[in-house]
Amino acid sequence: MDVLQRHNITLGGRADGQPMLFAHGFGCDQQMWRFVEPAFADTHRTVVFDHVGAGHADPAAWDPQRYASLDGYADDVLAICRELDLTDVVFVGHSVSAMVGVLAAVREPDRFARLVLVGPSPRYVDDEGYRGGFSRADIDELLDAMDSNYLGWSSQMAPVIMGNPDRPVLGEELTESFCRTDPEIARQFARTTFLSDNRADLSRVTVPTLVLQCSNDVIAPEEVGRYVADTIPGATYTHLQATGHCPNLSAPEETVEAIRAFLAAA
Amino acid sequence: MTHPDPLLEGDLRVLAPDDDAVDLYERAPCGYLSTTLDGRIVRINQTLLEWLGRTTEELLGTMFVELLTAGGRIYHETHWRPMLTLHGSAREIALDLRRADGSTLPVLVNARVVETTSGERLVRTSVLDATQRREYERELLRARERAEASEARAMELARTLQASLIPPKVPTVPGVEVGASYRPAGDGAQVGGDFYDVFEAADGDWVVVVGDVRGKGVGAATVTALSRYAIRAAAMRDALPSAILRELNTVLLHDATERFVTAVCMRVQVVGEERVRLTVASGGHPPALRTGPSRVVPLSARGTLLGVVEEPVLVDELVELRPGEGLLCYTDGLTEARRGREVLGVEGLADVLWTHRELPSVDLTEAVVEDVLAYQGARPRDDIAVVHLRVPPPLPGGEPPPSGEA
Repeated sequence: MDVLQRHNITLGGRADGQPMLFAHGFGCDQQMWRFVEPAFADTHRTVVFDHVGAGHADPAAWDPQRYASLDGYADDVLAICRELDLTDVVFVGHSVSAMVGVLAAVREPDRFARLVLVGPSPRYVDDEGYRGGFSRADIDELLDAMDSNYLGWSSQMAPVIMGNPDRPVLGEELTESFCRTDPEIARQFARTTFLSDNRADLSRVTVPTLVLQCSNDVIAPEEVGRYVADTIPGATYTHLQATGHCPNLSAPEETVEAIRAFLAAA
Repeated sequence: MTHPDPLLEGDLRVLAPDDDAVDLYERAPCGYLSTTLDGRIVRINQTLLEWLGRTTEELLGTMFVELLTAGGRIYHETHWRPMLTLHGSAREIALDLRRADGSTLPVLVNARVVETTSGERLVRTSVLDATQRREYERELLRARERAEASEARAMELARTLQASLIPPKVPTVPGVEVGASYRPAGDGAQVGGDFYDVFEAADGDWVVVVGDVRGKGVGAATVTALSRYAIRAAAMRDALPSAILRELNTVLLHDATERFVTAVCMRVQVVGEERVRLTVASGGHPPALRTGPSRVVPLSARGTLLGVVEEPVLVDELVELRPGEGLLCYTDGLTEARRGREVLGVEGLADVLWTHRELPSVDLTEAVVEDVLAYQGARPRDDIAVVHLRVPPPLPGGEPPPSGEA
């Protein structure tokens, strides 16, 4: 199976444009970028994909060993870059994929021109001298809920469409897989994501980086966004008016503007 | 009233005055709340407030996520809000709400984005108490855990039983290299019927047997155990493999089993320095393959399968192996390996054997099994048991192993 199919890669924008690679976070799939990616189609070669275990990625590619740490996901990002021969890449990573981008850029800095980290957190669990926003007990409760309340989580993960009469038919097709994940995979992805600690990798980033921080983000609080921006050498910090953890959905215009401004800055 | 329904007139109407929209909302049998698109509570009904032990004043203007446990908050941000934003609704989401007293209330919620008359977009959410459903889910979970544990025990039992049916370690036979490999079918959850044995019947007089009890599972395993011990006992009395197999045939017929057995049985005697004499009998078993100097030759393998008729035809065949020559005994899990419509067959196996003929027996059986597994490109559909005997090739003094000479 080639990388294109494996990750359900969608290519858009200008074939001769600078590549812009959009990586979705824990929870859903490449649909998370549907309001943002088109805004760069005039200027960039856009690439969106599904992480293995999400969306329409090849289910057979799932490997609990490989995806037990974010390195497996970073390997995938680099494999996609190699396969598509992408260089000078603008990597846009949401949520946990922000750290996936950090790992990839530390490993092959020459491949990346810019990193855009949307709602990044290098560590979700509080630690001595560090506030991630969650206690270990909180995360255990989440994992436990996913373990024990498996019916609940499976139905939560199941496609959730209810007739929204003014959505086009296309919407239905998209919703079929939207947010649907095998509960087993969701559990492990949650474990890998919320127990990761990539603080030590931040200072090794040499690629110009933008941190996009939302207001009232309960998953990646402001303090964490600041920590990321302060630790990555020379990073730019932009605070969004958008609230919550998914400005790519709730405030796409503001998100696009912030990314454009960063890309325009020399 | 344009609709003079007598039921709505008079007393009944007084008894059931359920026409107060505010009351319908406030004291509905489910919780209701409305939030702004970013989750700030703008309205909440009395039922939900009572469930939570909170007041309107406490909750108005606060964020809905603050009512959730940590897991629920993560879910809300990573799934629920994206769903609402992209699709305008979310259904049957299982969450835990935090009550004022610190306890949690398991709920199922439905939500949809609506546009109010003033043009504002809000999220309306209905909340159902799911305490009992959650209990039921826990029951199901416990049942699943029990089922998994019992499956694991069955698997463990199958593996232990299987391990008892083949020698834990192939004994060292002086003057002959003996290698053996075994693979259960599929994931090994079922005990297979293939077996092999290598034992010393008398001083310097060895018996090697490879057999296949038809069928799988515990029933087959008991027949396998029976066959193995019948062969061992018979080998103490009878010298000829044909007699050993005849004895096994009798035992199988006397046993109530419906299962039949195929087996190849041989005695191994080292004669002189470099020659090994094999006396081989086969009861309906695929032919053993002999590796000679220039090619692989199947033995005749004439013989009736065992456990079916009173007087099976069983013959002994004499084979002499010289240094570097070998004999491969196997079960049909090897020869019946399939790739698409193609079957490996005896000739295919002979080719595989020929490529590995220079390996020591211990490595050869593994190499053959691996090649056949690769051929069928999957886990074995049937059990595989394979034993190889070889007279060690002469080791020329000081030179590397004998692969260079032919």
